[in-house]
Amino acid sequence: MRRRLHVDWRAGLSLVGTLLAFLSLAFVVPILIALVYGGEDLWVFVASMAITATFGLLLRELDPEPDPGAREAFLVVALTWLFAAVFGALPYILAGDGTVAHPVNAIFESMSGFTTTGATVMGDISFDTHSRAMLMWRQLSQWLGGMGIIVLAVAILSQMAVGGAELMRAETPGPGVSKLTPHIAETARVLWIAYVALTVIYILLLYGVYLLGYAPNMDLYNAIAHGFTTLPTGGFSPEARSIEAFSPLVQWLVIPFMFAAGVNFVLWWHVITGDVRTLLQDNEFRLYLGSVSVLTVVGVVVLFFSALETPQTGQVGGHIERSARYAAFQIASLTNSTGYANMDFDAWNGPGKGLLLFAMFIGGSTGSTGGGVKILRWLVILKSLRRELFTTIHPEAVRPVRMNGQVLDEEAVRGIYAFTLLYLVLFFAGVALFAADAARVGFDLHLLDVISASIATLGNIGPGLGTITGPMGGYVDFPTSSKLLMILYMWIGRLEIFPVLVLLTKAYWTD
Amino acid sequence: MRVVIVGAGEVGRTIAHNLEESHDVVVVDRDPDVVEELTYSRDVLALRGDGTELGTLEEADVERADLVIACTDDDEANVVVCGATKTVSDAFTIARVRRRTLLETWEGSQGAFGVDFMVCTDLLTARAIVRISDLPATQDVDTFVGGLVRMAEFEVCPESPVAGSTVSDADRYDSLTFAGVFRDDEMIVATGDTVLQAGDRIVVIGSTSSVADFARDVAAPASEEGNEVVVVGGGEVGYQTAREFEDHGYRPRLIERDHERAREVAEALPNTMVMESDATDAEFLIREHVDEADLVVAALDSDEKNLLVSLLAERIGVERTVAVIENREYADLFETVGVDVAVNPREETAEEIVRFTRADHTEKVAMLEHDRAEVIEFEVNGDGVLSGKPIVDAMRSLPDGVVIGAISRQGELITPRGETVVQPGDHVVVFVDSAVIDDVIEAI
Repeated sequence: MRRRLHVDWRAGLSLVGTLLAFLSLAFVVPILIALVYGGEDLWVFVASMAITATFGLLLRELDPEPDPGAREAFLVVALTWLFAAVFGALPYILAGDGTVAHPVNAIFESMSGFTTTGATVMGDISFDTHSRAMLMWRQLSQWLGGMGIIVLAVAILSQMAVGGAELMRAETPGPGVSKLTPHIAETARVLWIAYVALTVIYILLLYGVYLLGYAPNMDLYNAIAHGFTTLPTGGFSPEARSIEAFSPLVQWLVIPFMFAAGVNFVLWWHVITGDVRTLLQDNEFRLYLGSVSVLTVVGVVVLFFSALETPQTGQVGGHIERSARYAAFQIASLTNSTGYANMDFDAWNGPGKGLLLFAMFIGGSTGSTGGGVKILRWLVILKSLRRELFTTIHPEAVRPVRMNGQVLDEEAVRGIYAFTLLYLVLFFAGVALFAADAARVGFDLHLLDVISASIATLGNIGPGLGTITGPMGGYVDFPTSSKLLMILYMWIGRLEIFPVLVLLTKAYWTD
Repeated sequence: MRVVIVGAGEVGRTIAHNLEESHDVVVVDRDPDVVEELTYSRDVLALRGDGTELGTLEEADVERADLVIACTDDDEANVVVCGATKTVSDAFTIARVRRRTLLETWEGSQGAFGVDFMVCTDLLTARAIVRISDLPATQDVDTFVGGLVRMAEFEVCPESPVAGSTVSDADRYDSLTFAGVFRDDEMIVATGDTVLQAGDRIVVIGSTSSVADFARDVAAPASEEGNEVVVVGGGEVGYQTAREFEDHGYRPRLIERDHERAREVAEALPNTMVMESDATDAEFLIREHVDEADLVVAALDSDEKNLLVSLLAERIGVERTVAVIENREYADLFETVGVDVAVNPREETAEEIVRFTRADHTEKVAMLEHDRAEVIEFEVNGDGVLSGKPIVDAMRSLPDGVVIGAISRQGELITPRGETVVQPGDHVVVFVDSAVIDDVIEAI
């Protein structure tokens, strides 16, 4: 006997279609860039836009009046992100330039973009191989993915107003969405305003530094390109050597903005409206600031007393400004999953790499654009572990876990444990699978590369610590099967595992 | 004065007993037996009826009444009695409630529900417990303007950073005013030149957070010794008691048997360690070192249980026990068998209401150091001496011994400085030397 499906998949797909048609408007940006730079790849983006819009509008026809409920929200969110990555890959395939012309590579690059991972399979990142419009599309995909495609849609499309909160909950990093206003669209708008405001300020600062002559190659194109990938904790750069290609002043300027991207944007909204107190008193922000500061100090000490020296950076060990700059930059970049590099940190010594690996497991804050486990979850875990120690001595004590003075529901605490455990299980499974897959095809991988590949894709970080996955390397040499698994990891990592995994359970579809 | 009392429980009877000689008292109750009994045993007019019904209130002639006291056992009924009274009469209304949340709502907007004065039974009991526990470093704390303004009295210990400095040096806190200093038997109104000495008790008025900051930095925090407080029972009285102790800077422990309630109390009280256990379990008490506590408060739901817990606590070596009792006949009995103090919530309530009927109707009064000074809150009206003038000028027309502590304008706290202009409608919290209180009330 066939059991009845309890998911209104038509309504779900129809909504995905609407979102996809909406997303196709984003191709306007690379089209404009192509027009500015002499029309190279213009047809590629026009065609991509047409295909995406058509497919979206067709999907929409599945159900003329979709009324998706809480259950369909998971389907909508998971598929929207998958389709965004697939259709976002069209320009790479259609243009046919370089390694990303291969469909799996193209989807990898696109998924890495939308999920703000920043891992690349582009063999040659330069304007010789790719057009300026193409590399800007790569940057733009990260900016769209940073605050979230669905949050953007809820902010703009009126038809998303009712079910919007359900969708946003599944998409926003961290447990739960805090509604700032009664209307969810208003909340979504507030988040995007904070996001756009910080991005614009950042671009103006970068370009200002260029105009003042302190950053010879940070022209308007580069300022916008990096503006698109810093605040979403993305990590893509049209420069093959990432931020290393820019002057020390630019590198110092990037650090606070990378840090800011890992802070809950609700708090930035409070700052924009003149309320700095809420930011400074927030438990999660304090822990984020504290852990980044401590890691940075340790990093500076490690680099200063190391013999680190590369052809590009010169002598780092014993040089205080360089030690400080490289340590602060890499810690800020890897803690909240940005993935920029201002040097090849694969050259760091053992303790240095260990420190970076530790930082990669922390993640950004709730409601930020960062990936990973998230500060809030670690904070709750630390607090409840402390309670566990306390109740070992005082078994009768009743101690609720508090966050910012509010009592946290025990169910929520359990959910946080479940998430973190699942995250670690997936990480170890990834390590095993990537290693096995590499051995299968005889691809010589160092253990650090395998570990990096797993955490860097699941945590949406991007570059890893090995020679192959490192910041100046790339994922292009991995076997296709591994790349497919990485695409899955980036996808579920961005959506915080549950919205995707729940689709794989029988209970979701039939009970 | 014509007084109508709705509800002839223990509180109502006590009030009636206190007022019957000097006032015309009408008592309304639903129970015909009680009405019958009151008619003959007391010099009051007893009526049978439901006080929440306008018909009953009219029968009691509330239109001509000066004071209506609603003191049934039901919070909502008491509030409704006051509201109904206000539709037909200008009488001053007093409601007795158990739940503190109702009191907080009322404090937040004075006159809400048609209630002119609200008495929270369990809060009064809790305060009485804290007061009589007489622990070292107990400070006097009171809130005004619906919790916006706080008044606190601290003792300056020799190690305190303000000991030996002048008030103007010590005044580094936003929205905090130094009002007065008690030194031995002397009361000094604080000015910028007043030198603070160790052993002084200083009174500050300001926002809740600034007073808390001040307490943390300056006043001696409740010392580690002599402040082990254990509250047994997480009912409303136990909860309020623990909360009062928290407000006074203690970190009490509370024992509650019920799982759900223990969790609720633990959520509401961040600085209290809540334990889910049976307080008659001696092994548990010893394991958690309750025997070394300086004070055990028994606040369970029955007098018998409280007696048992108190005796057990005495037996394992607790220095001092306070028990809550509902039945006043037990009070002497408890004290005879060794429980140090017994507190009766109903008595506290009745006392408070009677005290209030005798006082004039300033919005709120707190007495300090056996009434050597008072802190009063009042609303400024157009013809008072303060209205529409900078404080510097207004103070010239007031006697010495007055300090303006805080001003609240439309729910916002304003820190008074010399140039601040007080407007009609502002709520002002003032510290006044008791010697000049009558002149001051006259002038404002």
